[in-house]
Amino acid sequence: MVSGLINANPVIYEKKQRQPRSAQSLPSDEYRVEPIDQQEIFDHIRDIKDPEHPYSLEELKVITEEAVEVNDQNSYVRVTFTPTVEHCSMATIIGLCLRVKLLRSLPSRYKVDIRVAPGSHATEAAVNKQLNDKERVAAALENPNLLDMVDECLAPSYD
Amino acid sequence: MAETTQLTRHIESYVDSSSTPTHQATSLDAIGLLIKTNALTLEALVRELDMYLTSTDTVIRARGILLLAEVLTRICSKPLDSETIHSLVGFFKERLADWKAVRGALVGCLALIRRKSVAGMVTGSDAKAIAQSFLQYLQVQSLGHYDRKLCFELLDFLLEHHADAVASLEEDLIYGICEAIDAEKDPECLMLAFHIVESLARLYPDPSGLLASFASDVFDILAPYFPIHFTHPSSGDTHVQRDDLSKILMSAFSSTPLFEPFVIPLLLEKLSSSLHSAKIDSLQYLRVCSSKYGAERIAKYAGAIWSSLKDTLYTYLAEPDLSFTLPINGIGFPENEVVIEALSLLQQLIVQNNSQLVSLIIDDEDVNFIINSIASYETYDTISVQEKKKLHAIGRILYITVKASISSCNAVFQSLFLRMMDNLGIPVSNIDGLQNSAIFTSQNVKFGFLYLCIELLAGSRELVVLSEEKRETYCTLLHSYSTVLFNAFDSVLDVSADRCLPGPDIHIGVKGLQILAMFHLDVFPIPKSTFENILKKFMSIIIEGFNRTVLWNAALKALFHIGSFVQNFSESEKAMSYRSFVVDKTMELLSLDDIALPFSLKVEALSDIGMTGMKNMLTILQGLEGALFANLSEVHRNLKSSEIAAQLLECYSCKLLPWIHENGGAEESIVQFTVEIWSQAGNCMDFNSPFEEKGLLDSMMKALKVSVGCCSVESQNAIIQKAYSILSSHTKFQLNDVGRLPLTPGAYDISPRDEGILLLFASVIIALRPKTHIPNIGGLLQLFIITLLKGVVPVAQALGSMVNKLIPKSNGAEKSGEFPLEEALDIIFNTKIWFSSTDMLQRCNGSSNGSEMVLTDLCLGITNDRLLQTNAICGLAWIGKGLLLRGHEKIKDITMIFIECLMSDRKSSLPLIEGSLASTEEQKSDPLPRKCAADAFHILMSDAEVCLNRKFHATIRPLYKQRFFSTILPIFQQLITRSDSPLSRSFLYRAFAHVMSDTPLIVIVNEAKKLIPVLLDCLSLLTEDIEDKDILYGLLLVLSGILTEKNGQEAVIENAHIIINCLIKLVDYPQKTLVRETAIQCLVALSMLPHARIYPLRTQVLRAIPKCLDDTKRSVRREAVKCRQAWASITSSRSLRF
Repeated sequence: MVSGLINANPVIYEKKQRQPRSAQSLPSDEYRVEPIDQQEIFDHIRDIKDPEHPYSLEELKVITEEAVEVNDQNSYVRVTFTPTVEHCSMATIIGLCLRVKLLRSLPSRYKVDIRVAPGSHATEAAVNKQLNDKERVAAALENPNLLDMVDECLAPSYD
Repeated sequence: MAETTQLTRHIESYVDSSSTPTHQATSLDAIGLLIKTNALTLEALVRELDMYLTSTDTVIRARGILLLAEVLTRICSKPLDSETIHSLVGFFKERLADWKAVRGALVGCLALIRRKSVAGMVTGSDAKAIAQSFLQYLQVQSLGHYDRKLCFELLDFLLEHHADAVASLEEDLIYGICEAIDAEKDPECLMLAFHIVESLARLYPDPSGLLASFASDVFDILAPYFPIHFTHPSSGDTHVQRDDLSKILMSAFSSTPLFEPFVIPLLLEKLSSSLHSAKIDSLQYLRVCSSKYGAERIAKYAGAIWSSLKDTLYTYLAEPDLSFTLPINGIGFPENEVVIEALSLLQQLIVQNNSQLVSLIIDDEDVNFIINSIASYETYDTISVQEKKKLHAIGRILYITVKASISSCNAVFQSLFLRMMDNLGIPVSNIDGLQNSAIFTSQNVKFGFLYLCIELLAGSRELVVLSEEKRETYCTLLHSYSTVLFNAFDSVLDVSADRCLPGPDIHIGVKGLQILAMFHLDVFPIPKSTFENILKKFMSIIIEGFNRTVLWNAALKALFHIGSFVQNFSESEKAMSYRSFVVDKTMELLSLDDIALPFSLKVEALSDIGMTGMKNMLTILQGLEGALFANLSEVHRNLKSSEIAAQLLECYSCKLLPWIHENGGAEESIVQFTVEIWSQAGNCMDFNSPFEEKGLLDSMMKALKVSVGCCSVESQNAIIQKAYSILSSHTKFQLNDVGRLPLTPGAYDISPRDEGILLLFASVIIALRPKTHIPNIGGLLQLFIITLLKGVVPVAQALGSMVNKLIPKSNGAEKSGEFPLEEALDIIFNTKIWFSSTDMLQRCNGSSNGSEMVLTDLCLGITNDRLLQTNAICGLAWIGKGLLLRGHEKIKDITMIFIECLMSDRKSSLPLIEGSLASTEEQKSDPLPRKCAADAFHILMSDAEVCLNRKFHATIRPLYKQRFFSTILPIFQQLITRSDSPLSRSFLYRAFAHVMSDTPLIVIVNEAKKLIPVLLDCLSLLTEDIEDKDILYGLLLVLSGILTEKNGQEAVIENAHIIINCLIKLVDYPQKTLVRETAIQCLVALSMLPHARIYPLRTQVLRAIPKCLDDTKRSVRREAVKCRQAWASITSSRSLRF
């Protein structure tokens, strides 16, 4: 099944300036807790590469910092992403990448919820269901081809 | 005969195409040498070559000719008679027709034509003949790369050095050159080709001459190369860079005005291209061409160039930096190459075509639009982005116009400036009436107006510097408007006081005043009264505006710039007013208590103003002294004045003194200041507790230390004399008797005031140069020993400095009357310290009578007095440091004493005195002195900030750390392995940890194999006590150094298992974030090791890391993510499980 690109000519947006966190913490801050916050989650996922273009999800505005909801106390995070086109069949792959990356980066106490932005995808409900079904995610990761693809997309986010 | 056969062999070896290139080269060299040494004549060689030169076999012929040509190249400095040269020229030029042997012919021609006149040159007619035959026979573009290069070199040389001879070839020459360079692609050849065109243009300069009819053809060949686009890799075998090519093409373009009708349209067209380099190149070429072609020819393009320049500026001029970095001149724009080139082109055009360009600019609709609409730009933020861009670009253009020449400046001021004023309702006719009234209220100050004013002022300020004639129109105009301008800028700052304008507007106000104040002449065009008003304005901001940080800082910076500027004309009236209005006022601030300005800001203003110049600095220094001593004398009554004094001292030692030191001179004032501090110290010690405030004493010590450190030997001598006299007259120490009486610590219960003076004295000693003479060293040494036993650390440091700097006997210390080092050491280590029996009674419960012992005994804890022992160890550590730095032998003994302390539960080695035997059990359980001994190694090895460094003139032997480390490493290794008590071992580890973390990494890496096991033991030991977190971190850094260093790899691979085990324990070390972070980073580094070694450890790491993902610190979590990924993907990405 060789077909053309699903979105052959995506719009590229500028990367958001990375704000350095307020410099080195003082010695008196040694025991202060820095909770996991929106920016931290966003930093984890912003550099994930799009499955079909050499751009990051941030550059394609698939994800934005505002689309990350996090509650450190309740160990809950929800990422809402917006596929570039409505019938994008890559939506599930993107969602899978987000999930895998967060699973690898967050402590195990977290519950991760990945969603397609309402109205941005033709089969929204199906995609959401697929992405949040533990069994299906695990099954997908058993597939070596799929896992290779995911790893390739995640590679730039580890630099 | 033998020579002939040898020659034949050489020739054959060269001609033979199967021999190796090195062979050929050596034969060639040999033949060259034969001719050079006159062992062989050229004629004989030619005769010998005869066969080869005329053979019908093309290969042999080509080699033969090449041989002759190469030989000629080699003997270029050997004189040849003209006949020989002529016949050789005849031969080679004929051979140019022989395309199979053309390489040799070219090399030969080049060799001949390059001959210098001293060795016999080719004649003009010969040169012409070569050129003719070149043009007749050679098809340059059909040759190979190297031959083409030779062709171009030949042509280039002919044009350059035989111009007259070849000029007569006329059309043939031009045709030939065109043909030769057409469609050339190699960069090296192009360099030559462009240069040939340039020379050609020089050859026929006549505007209606021969070249005129060919200009279009020649340029058609050149044009496709512009702009140079270079795809060669920069590091290839060619050395030509894009810039070189571009430069040489530029000189070809600009070589003759005949190119003008073709060049300028092309450049204008390329200027509108979107390629960045094309833009820059076009601007550069335009500038150079217009200066070469002359004003007349460029005139017809001026309009076109102007409009494209304007467009370029609109697009490329970035937002200016309107924050408070304040470049001294004008408005600071971010550097942009296109903008810089565009502006310099504009300047060039204005200088060249003054009236035309100025009228273009003044009549330009964009300029007029801005001038007419400035009334609507109220504040910076209200201007739309588009208009802001225009405003910036027009501002820059006006700046350049004003700066370029006097007439353009006059024109701009007369038309635009006056029109702008008109628009604001200040007509010229009315100017005198407005002189004194404050016409600017908050409503009619416009940002746009002020912005353009600044650009105009900045431009004209630069013009004033250059121009001779001072009474130009623009100066007169500025003079009459100076008050108005002052009021305008001033009102922005006033308005801001109650309306709170944003940063850019304040910036504009301050900047405007600053430029006004920095006009070069004394009274014209900006009158003195305006200058003074500006200073007053800034000073009032300094005094009252302190709660508006942005404004306050900007004003202070502006004052600083103005001050440094007027300082260059130190006798001018403006400098005088600066002194009276700013410097003196700032000093008054110090003594005024009733103003609200916080003291820290006062001090900041003080130091900034002082740094404007040496003269001001000395005035400020005096003021500071006055205030300081006034406060010092109040210290005992008023707690606040001690705080103030401490702040002043801090400002002196951190800001003023480094500046004075850097700018040289003024040592007398430093000495005077220091001596004065001593007198004051003497005086104010009369009250009982002058130094309740520890802060004040610290800053006094610091100030003394740094100022003494800056002084020369003579000044230091003076200071130490003064200090010594205070020490002996104001304290109860009996300095002269101290040598004769037995040393009894009990006799010196030091009062706080004595201790204060002693500390000040110690800081002077610390900073002395080795040559400075210290009075009564013997007495001082004894005094210091006693006081260090009381736990006065600076005294120990002073003692260390003394032993570090004293001159040993071998260097002639005795002859020069100095106190020798040996004697000092003798006093330190052999003086008996006498404990009266009452003393011991207190300490040892009466089990002993009075006894005597030396310092080292105290370190070993013979008295059983813990405090005394720790003080003695700490003191000995500083003394040891002094000796270690100079590489003295004695350090070994001292180290052994420390080690003895560390192992002090091995009683057998200790010569304990009787009475203390009873309490050894207690001693064993008390770890304090032993910990202190371990820390002594830290003192020994670390770089101290407070003493014994370059700043305080310590004698430092190169590589002393390395040397110490290599002597001590085997000792520790042995002791650690042999030690059977866990307690002593732990102390040994701790001491060794200090040594390792302060040793240069390169040494550690070399010993990595031995060190890693010890290092890991130290790490796991140090995790036990929270107090040790810093040394733990230091040690971890050493480990990470070993891991990342190439040389350490082998040892790491061997020990990977235990290293990982140890690091895993550290990843959740709760006391220090950096420890966790570094430990995880080390794990990442370990994941790079060969897979076979680390694969078995993978699960272990992967099990430990997830808990770090939930660390409290963000930085640790980030590293943990990386680490987890690194280890999970060791074999394949697929094996990561959740």
